[in-house]
Amino acid sequence: MYQLIKQIIKTGIKTDAAPLPDETLRVTAQRLHEEILHVFGSALNIRHVDAGSCNGCELEIHALSNAYYNIEGLGIKFVASPRHADMLLVTGPVSRHMVTALRRTFDATPEPRLVVAIGECACNGGIFCTNDGSPDGGGESYASCGRVANVIPVDVVVGGCPPTPTAILQGILTAVSAQK
Amino acid sequence: MPINHPNLHLTQLAGAIPAWSGKIKPDDLQPICRNVHDGGGRLVALWGSDDREQGNGYALHIALVNEAGLICLSVPLPAGQPAYPDISSIFPVANRMQRAAYDLLGIYAHEGRDHRKWLRHGAWHGGSFPLRKDFDPAPSRTDDADSYPFVQVEGQGVHEIAVGPVHAGTIEPGHFRFSVVGEKMLRLEERFGYTHKGIEKRFESMSLQQGEKLAGRVSGDSTVAYAWAYAMAAESIAAVTPPDRALWLRALFLERERIANHLGDLGYLGNDVALSFGFTQFWILKEQVLRNNGALFGHRYLMDSIIPGGVAADLAEPGKRTLFEECSLLEREVRVLRGIYEEHAGVQDRFIGAGRIEPRLAAQLGLCGLAGRASSQAWDTRVQFPCAPYDQLDVQMATYRNGDVAARVIVRFDELFESLRLQREILARLMPGGQLSLPLEKLPALGFGAGMVEGWRGEVLVAIHTDKDGNLARVHPHDPSWQNWPALEHAIMGNIVPDFPLINKSFNLSYSGQDL
Repeated sequence: MYQLIKQIIKTGIKTDAAPLPDETLRVTAQRLHEEILHVFGSALNIRHVDAGSCNGCELEIHALSNAYYNIEGLGIKFVASPRHADMLLVTGPVSRHMVTALRRTFDATPEPRLVVAIGECACNGGIFCTNDGSPDGGGESYASCGRVANVIPVDVVVGGCPPTPTAILQGILTAVSAQK
Repeated sequence: MPINHPNLHLTQLAGAIPAWSGKIKPDDLQPICRNVHDGGGRLVALWGSDDREQGNGYALHIALVNEAGLICLSVPLPAGQPAYPDISSIFPVANRMQRAAYDLLGIYAHEGRDHRKWLRHGAWHGGSFPLRKDFDPAPSRTDDADSYPFVQVEGQGVHEIAVGPVHAGTIEPGHFRFSVVGEKMLRLEERFGYTHKGIEKRFESMSLQQGEKLAGRVSGDSTVAYAWAYAMAAESIAAVTPPDRALWLRALFLERERIANHLGDLGYLGNDVALSFGFTQFWILKEQVLRNNGALFGHRYLMDSIIPGGVAADLAEPGKRTLFEECSLLEREVRVLRGIYEEHAGVQDRFIGAGRIEPRLAAQLGLCGLAGRASSQAWDTRVQFPCAPYDQLDVQMATYRNGDVAARVIVRFDELFESLRLQREILARLMPGGQLSLPLEKLPALGFGAGMVEGWRGEVLVAIHTDKDGNLARVHPHDPSWQNWPALEHAIMGNIVPDFPLINKSFNLSYSGQDL
């Protein structure tokens, strides 16, 4: 026990400052009212859904919980059920085998709910999909529905392969902050 | 010759590891597999290919490994009835791979005992096969719900717990069906394929260079292992050897991947027994490794750092100093943390005896990688078939025989220290200057090559077949999770439900890597 406490004291506080919201990440008009934002502003519950990712984005979502990003210190918490969640964090090109599970998770999340698509694949299908040539991509394949927006409505997208924890955090903060 | 059999004629493949290829008739498949099995060898991978464009039918391919090296055998199958003798009775691990080969290509094992679908859910019809060259996605599409006949356990007080595909934590999707009595788990049945995103089909429309990027995204936590195995396979077909500096840097990247993942897992293993201190501490160290990767090599997980013919990232002298300092920091801190884990009665009480796989069962199931080494299965590609620069590094294999969560923790600690030693050694030998890559634009026609790399989880294999124009005709990436997932079903028997997350984490297997 002595070693353990000594180690905690020696480690000190590692947390970096949180990034500011980025308005360019917003893709849909905010549907949230001022008062709801007020509620979200102080605490946010997130449910993560891997809809077919390679596990790269998950590594960075895990990293968000480490002492450097200290996401719980910002009042943001990952929860075990969509019924407890304000926001879904969705990764991966949506594999066809995950469509039902993703839709059910979305339906189980109480309104008002936010969806943040994390990573290149969630934004446009990424490397796993042949791009269909439409202006904003969203490619599909026999096994994949492509971007998350092809399956459920998305509020904010965060690109990158995988996006850094700071970029993910910025996406989350962008979704909850009001559009000025 | 690695296998003695009268009907077997093997050709040695060029490249970094000892590997052979050969063609056999379906009738010889079982005797040869039996021969390799009885000599202590294992099945590494099984896949199929559609060779009708070359005027043939289909082919079954298997990769076996014994003390001599990797043996890749092809079994041509007629287009009309592409059936082969079942080998899951010799190598139980073949079961899921055979079922996946049917789902994707329509080749099947007759006399097989389990004909349930594996990777296919409802996205395409049972009678259409995505990896056939004439596959047409539009008419093959269905929106049928998945129905899968799980094995039912009956008896007084037995009930089922269904978990997933969406899990309670930040985990990849998969379904676990537990049959329990009270808290005690009687049986676990896994159902995967949720993240099947058509990776193998996608390779076929890609250039060699695009394929390298895709290989690095089969399983994001093992990007270096996959990228290296893919490059190794391509270099084997083209019979080129990357420059020395590139090989040393690849080994550096691979060890850094192992260090980062072992740190992360050791943290989560503490967390899963309610010692959140462990998570906090180990993830501070992991974050430092990732930040150094980002600063020195341009990517926190080293994605796209390996290219066919060499590497795309370099290390300058100041960077070396950073990494030497990192080594010292990690060695110091991990030693303290290991002491804390080992002296913590609560932690040890949960670790010891949980999720045990006896060595005999591990051998039977073909358990590999770090989970295998924790159950006395002394296989490590870096030790048995050391490709350059491992042939100069004298890697010390970590093995343990208890086969429980505690053993998998010990193997992780040992491998972590060994990787730090290797990193020091590599840094000391990495002389300034020297080429980073050789040009490797295109592969020769109708070639075959295989690469095998000891990733942090276990052996990662990538096999490449080229067509008559030298394009990628078929690429098969194989994850060690194929071998180890079935073992998890055995490991949990008799344990209590709350220990499942801990046992599962102690293996930390890939979903994306096996769903493809």
